[in-house]
Amino acid sequence: MTEQTVNAPCGFRLNGHDVEIQPGPGERLSSALRERLAARDVKVGCDAGDCGACTILVDGDPVCACLMPVQQVAGRQVETLTGLIADDPVAARLAHSFEAHGAAQCGICTPGMMVAAVALLRGNDTPSEAEVSEALGGVLCRCTGYRKIIEAVMAAGAPPALPVSDGWTGAAIARLDGRDKVTGVEAFGDDVAPADALVLRVIRSPFHRAGFEFDDLDVWLAGMPGIDAVLTAADIRGKNCFGVIPDFVDQPVFAEQECRFRGEAVAAIVGNRDAIDDFDVTKFPVNWQERPAVMNVADAMSGQAALLHQDRAGNVMCTGFVTCGSPETALAQADATVQGQFTTSFVEHAYIEPEAGFAIVRNGRLEIYACTQAPVMDLEGLEEILGMDRKDIRVVPTGVGGGFGSKIDLSVQPYLALAALKTGKPVRIAYSRSESMQSTTKRHPAEITMTIGAMADGRLRGAQFHGLFNTGAYASWGPTVANRVPVHASGPYQLADYRAEASGIHTHCPPSGAFRGFGVPQAAVAQESLFDELADKLGIDRLEFRILNALENGMPTVCGQVFETGVGIKPCLTALRPAWQTERRAAEDFNQANAGIKRGVGIAAGWYGCGNTSLPNPSTIKSGIRPDGTVVLHQGATDIGQGANTVITQIFAQALGVPVSAVQRIGGDTDVTPDAGKTSASRQTFVSGNAARLSGETLRRQVLKLVNAAPDSAIFIAEGVIRISDGQQTHTPDLSGLSADRDGYVIRAEESYDPPTKPLDANGQGVPYAQFGYAAHLAVVEVDLALGTVRPVKFVAAHDVGHAINPLLVEGQVQGGIAQGLGMALMEEYIPGRTENLHDYLIPTIGDVPPIETLIIEEPDAHGPYGAKGLGEHVLIPTAPAVLNAIRDAADVRITHLPATPARVRAKLREAANG
Amino acid sequence: MSCVYFAPSKIEEALVLMQTHFPTVVAGGTDIFPAQGTTPMRRSLLDVSRIDGMTGIDRQADGSWRIGAATCWTDIVTADLPPGFAGLQAAGREVGSLQIRNAGTIGGNICNASPAADGVPPLLTLEAEVEIACAGATRMVPLSDFLTGVRQTTLGSDEILVAVHIPAPPPDSVGRFEKLGGRSYLVISITMTATLIGLDEHGCINLARIAVGACSPVARRLAQLETDLIGQRPDQVVVLPAHLKTLSPISDVRADAVYRAEAVAEQIKRAVCKAAIPHD
Repeated sequence: MTEQTVNAPCGFRLNGHDVEIQPGPGERLSSALRERLAARDVKVGCDAGDCGACTILVDGDPVCACLMPVQQVAGRQVETLTGLIADDPVAARLAHSFEAHGAAQCGICTPGMMVAAVALLRGNDTPSEAEVSEALGGVLCRCTGYRKIIEAVMAAGAPPALPVSDGWTGAAIARLDGRDKVTGVEAFGDDVAPADALVLRVIRSPFHRAGFEFDDLDVWLAGMPGIDAVLTAADIRGKNCFGVIPDFVDQPVFAEQECRFRGEAVAAIVGNRDAIDDFDVTKFPVNWQERPAVMNVADAMSGQAALLHQDRAGNVMCTGFVTCGSPETALAQADATVQGQFTTSFVEHAYIEPEAGFAIVRNGRLEIYACTQAPVMDLEGLEEILGMDRKDIRVVPTGVGGGFGSKIDLSVQPYLALAALKTGKPVRIAYSRSESMQSTTKRHPAEITMTIGAMADGRLRGAQFHGLFNTGAYASWGPTVANRVPVHASGPYQLADYRAEASGIHTHCPPSGAFRGFGVPQAAVAQESLFDELADKLGIDRLEFRILNALENGMPTVCGQVFETGVGIKPCLTALRPAWQTERRAAEDFNQANAGIKRGVGIAAGWYGCGNTSLPNPSTIKSGIRPDGTVVLHQGATDIGQGANTVITQIFAQALGVPVSAVQRIGGDTDVTPDAGKTSASRQTFVSGNAARLSGETLRRQVLKLVNAAPDSAIFIAEGVIRISDGQQTHTPDLSGLSADRDGYVIRAEESYDPPTKPLDANGQGVPYAQFGYAAHLAVVEVDLALGTVRPVKFVAAHDVGHAINPLLVEGQVQGGIAQGLGMALMEEYIPGRTENLHDYLIPTIGDVPPIETLIIEEPDAHGPYGAKGLGEHVLIPTAPAVLNAIRDAADVRITHLPATPARVRAKLREAANG
Repeated sequence: MSCVYFAPSKIEEALVLMQTHFPTVVAGGTDIFPAQGTTPMRRSLLDVSRIDGMTGIDRQADGSWRIGAATCWTDIVTADLPPGFAGLQAAGREVGSLQIRNAGTIGGNICNASPAADGVPPLLTLEAEVEIACAGATRMVPLSDFLTGVRQTTLGSDEILVAVHIPAPPPDSVGRFEKLGGRSYLVISITMTATLIGLDEHGCINLARIAVGACSPVARRLAQLETDLIGQRPDQVVVLPAHLKTLSPISDVRADAVYRAEAVAEQIKRAVCKAAIPHD
C-alpha cells in the first residue's frame, strides 16, 4: 500500500458544524452524508441527477448530492433540509407554507423541493410562478402535481395560518403527519436501519428470458471477504412463491432454472457495506443461457410461443367478462356506430422512493421494516415463503415515498427476511432506480378494440369492448385488472346492451400489477375517445352527449347494479358546462389569431368502484383510552402520501366527538394494530373510514355510559382529564379507577367494516362494488402543428367524492392524479431493457403541469362514512382521454397509441395532410 | 490497482498525474456518476474543478474569449457576454436543471461527447476551439475536429481539455438556440438547433452559421444551408431536404428519424426567425 491509497481526510461544514470524513475516491456526497454523517434527510431517488431528491446547498447553490464527489466539498459549506429548518428563518416559513398548502404528500421529494426553494427564496422572497418553476424544475414529484408546491413557495414570504378547528370531516385541515415531512424528519424505507446493518444486493437476470446455472457458490463465497452469505431458492424453507390473488400465486422469490423477465432475481448476497459496494454484480458466478422471449401479447398468443406457465394455455392468464342485453342486435340497430383500436404502453409508477427496508431477528422473531402499502398482506406472504408462523413475524411500515399500487406487492421483504434469518444480523437494502424499474410492477399495456352505437337522438345503443392486457411474467394484480375492466369499460353511462371482455396475457416482461385505476384508465381512453367521435357523427355537443347518457340514481349499470342514491356523474358533467363553454370560445379566439399553434378543449368522464371487486374487503380499526385520558387510534390504513392518517383520524374524531388534536395515532405495526387492509382500490376513506367511524362511535358510547350521559352529550379532553357535558351537568369520570387491559386501555373499541357486495354471475351481473366515485375532466391543450408538441394549458376537474372529508387533500389527490394521467397521455412509456432510468423514462416535471381547478361534487353515498366515497383512482381515469380529445379538438387528429409523443402526434398530422 | 482521488490546484501537477496514474477526469460529476450506476468505481479520479485557470470566462487581448473547461453552466448562463453568445447561453439554460448547471461544466459536456450535448451546437456556430494539454505540450483543435463520434473525441489518455476558446463573434451577430424535448426541464433533446445570424441594413441575412444536434453522431454545421441563407429574410427562410443531407437522424425511444428530420427543419426556421427579434 502506498501512501496515496489512504483516503485523505475531507473536512467541510455541514449545517453549521465542522465535520471530517475519509471518503473513498468515487464516493458520492449523497452516500457520505447519509451513511457517514447520518444526514438521512438527504433522499436518494435515482443516483443520476434525474429526480433531485438529494438536492443540497453547497456554498448556497443547489446541487444534486448524488452527482458530487465528496472531496469537492472540502472546505465548503453544505446545507441540508434539517440544517436549514434549524438555522434559516426562510426555511422555517417555507415549511409552514408547505404544510398549510398541502405541498407535501408522501414527502420523499420534499427535502429536495424545499432546499431548492430556499435557495430561490433567499434572493427573492416574492418569486413569480415562472421563477419557482425554473428553480424547482430539477426536482421530480410524483404525488402532488406540483401546483400546491408552487403555491407554497410563492406564498412562503407570508404563509397563511393553519386553520384552527376541531378538524372534523369537511374541514380542510393540514395533514396531521405533515410536520415531519417538511422538516426532513420523516423516516422512509432506507432511513431506519441501524448503522451496523449488513447490506443486501439482489442478483438479477440481464435477459428477458434465460436459463441459468450457478458455479459452486460455497467455494465462491469462501473467496469473498466481507460477504457473509449467498441466498438462492435453496434457502427458502416455505414456498418459493408469492402473489396477491389466491388462485394466481405464481411468482418465485428466486427464479429456479429459468428467468421469465429481465430483472428477475436469481440470488442475493449479504455483506458489509464496503464489500457490497465494491462488488460488481456482473461478476456473480452465474452462467446465463439467453432464450427467445415474447414481449407483446400478439407474439405471446401466436401459438408458436412457449408457455410461461404450463397451466395457462395460450399464455392467457384469465379473462373477465360482463354482458347485458343484446349488444350485437343493438349495434346493428344503432343509427350511428364508431369503432376504434387503441394501444397503451407500460407505465412505471416512478415513485421517488425506490423500495427499501431492513430486517432484524429480535427475541426469536423476525421484524421487517419497509415501505409498503399492505403490511398485513406482506406478513401473510412472508408466512408462506418462510414457512414460519405469523406470530413470529412482525411487519412495521416505514414512511412510504409514494406507492400508487406497486408497493402492495412484496418487493424487498422476502430478501430481507431470508438474509436476516440466515445471518442472524440486521440486514438492509435499498433498490437502485433501475432495479426498482426492472423488477417491480407496471401499468398494463393494453390493446383495445371497442365499438359503440347510438341512436339519432343521441341515446347510446350498444357497445362491445375487447381488451388484451400485457400482464407480464407473473399474475400480480393482473386478474383484478381483467375482472375490473369489463365492469368499468362502459364508463358511467346508461348502456342496456353491452359486452366487454378483458384478458391478461403473459409475456416475458415485468409483471403488470396494480397502478391507480387497475386497467380502467386504459379502457377509458378507448371509450371516451370514441364518445367524441360518436357525438360528432350525430352532430351533438360532446359534453351534452355525455350528460344525456349519464347514469342516474335508480338506473342499472352494465352489471345490473342499481344505486338508489349517490350516482354523481351527471352533477360532475354539468359542473363542467361553464368551463366547457368559456374555454371553447377562448380556443376559437386563440385559433383565429394563431396559425401554427392550435388550441383545443377536451372532456372525458370516468367512474371507479371502490374496494375489491365482489370480494370480501374488510378493515378493522381499534381505538382506546388510557387511564390518563389519552385517546389512541390504531390507524392501520397505510398512508402512502394520500392522507389516510389525516382522513381516518378526522372521521374517528368526529365519531367520538373530540377534536383531531386530542387523538394520538399509532401506525400499522402488525404487532399492535389490526388489519385495515391494503391501501388500494380507493378503499381506505370508504372502508377503513367506516371502520374508524364505527370504532369512534363505539368508544363514544362507552365513554358516555361511564356517567350515563345522553347520546348527544359533549366530550372534552384536556390535560389528561375527560369531561362529559350534557349541557346542564358536567361529569368527570375517574379513569384511573378502571382496570386497564393489556394494551393499557381502560376503554377500548375495535370495529370492522366490510363493504356489501355480491358475486358476479357468468355474465358479470351482480353487485361488484358498494360504491362508485365519479369524475369528469376538462383539458385545454395547445398543439404545435409543425413540431407535434402538446402543451397542456389548463384542467378543470369535477369529482364526486360523496362528502369531502378534507377538501385540501381532495385537491391534492386530484392534482396529483391529473399529473400522472397527463404523463400517461403524453410522455410515459416503459420499455423493458431500454428506459430503466428517469431520464429515458420521462414523468412530468413542474413545468409540465398547468393550473388545475378542482370542483368538488358531493352526492352522498349510502354506505360511505358521512357519505364519503373513495377518490384515489378516479382522479386520473378521465385525464388521458380528456387530453387526447383536446388534441383532436385542436388539430383534428385522433391519437390511438399512447403516449402522444411529439413524433406520434406529428405522424398523425403528416398522415392527415397527405390525405 | 488502488484508486486515489486527486484534486490538484496546478495544471502541471495534474498533467503529470495523468501520465503516472491514468486517472479519469472528473469535473461536475454529472455524467460520470449516472454512467457508473451501482458498479464500483475502480478508477482513480482527477478532479479538475480546483485547478487554477480551468474555471472562469475571460476576454483575451485579441478580443477572443477563453472559457475554462471546468466552468459550470450557471457561470456561463449568468455571465455578461455579447449577443453572439446568446445561443450558447440559451443552450446553457436548457442543460438539465439548476442543480445540474451548478455542477456540470462546459468541458465535461464536450468530453462526454453525447450526440445530444446541449453545448456543442452553439459552440460550433461560434467556431470554438478547444485547448488540449498534456505534460509539456498544448494543442489547439477546432471543436468540430475534436469530436469524432458518439462518445468519441481525439483526447489522449494523458490529456486534459483545459479551455474552450471562442473568437469574438462577428459584430451584430445574434445567437439563438432551439431545443425540443419530451417535457420541460431535465430532458435529453430530441433535436436541437443553434444559429448565429447577422443581418444587413435591409434586414437580410449576411451571416449564417447553423448547427444541429441529436441528428448525427456528432452535432454538425449545415454548410450548404448557411450559404443559401445569405440574402434571405430571416422570417422567410426555406430549408430543403438537401440542406439536411449531411445529417443522419436515428430512430430511438425519443422519436423516429423521419420526425427528427422534419422537426429540425422547423427548428432552424424558428431559430433564424428569432434572430431578427431583439436580444431579450
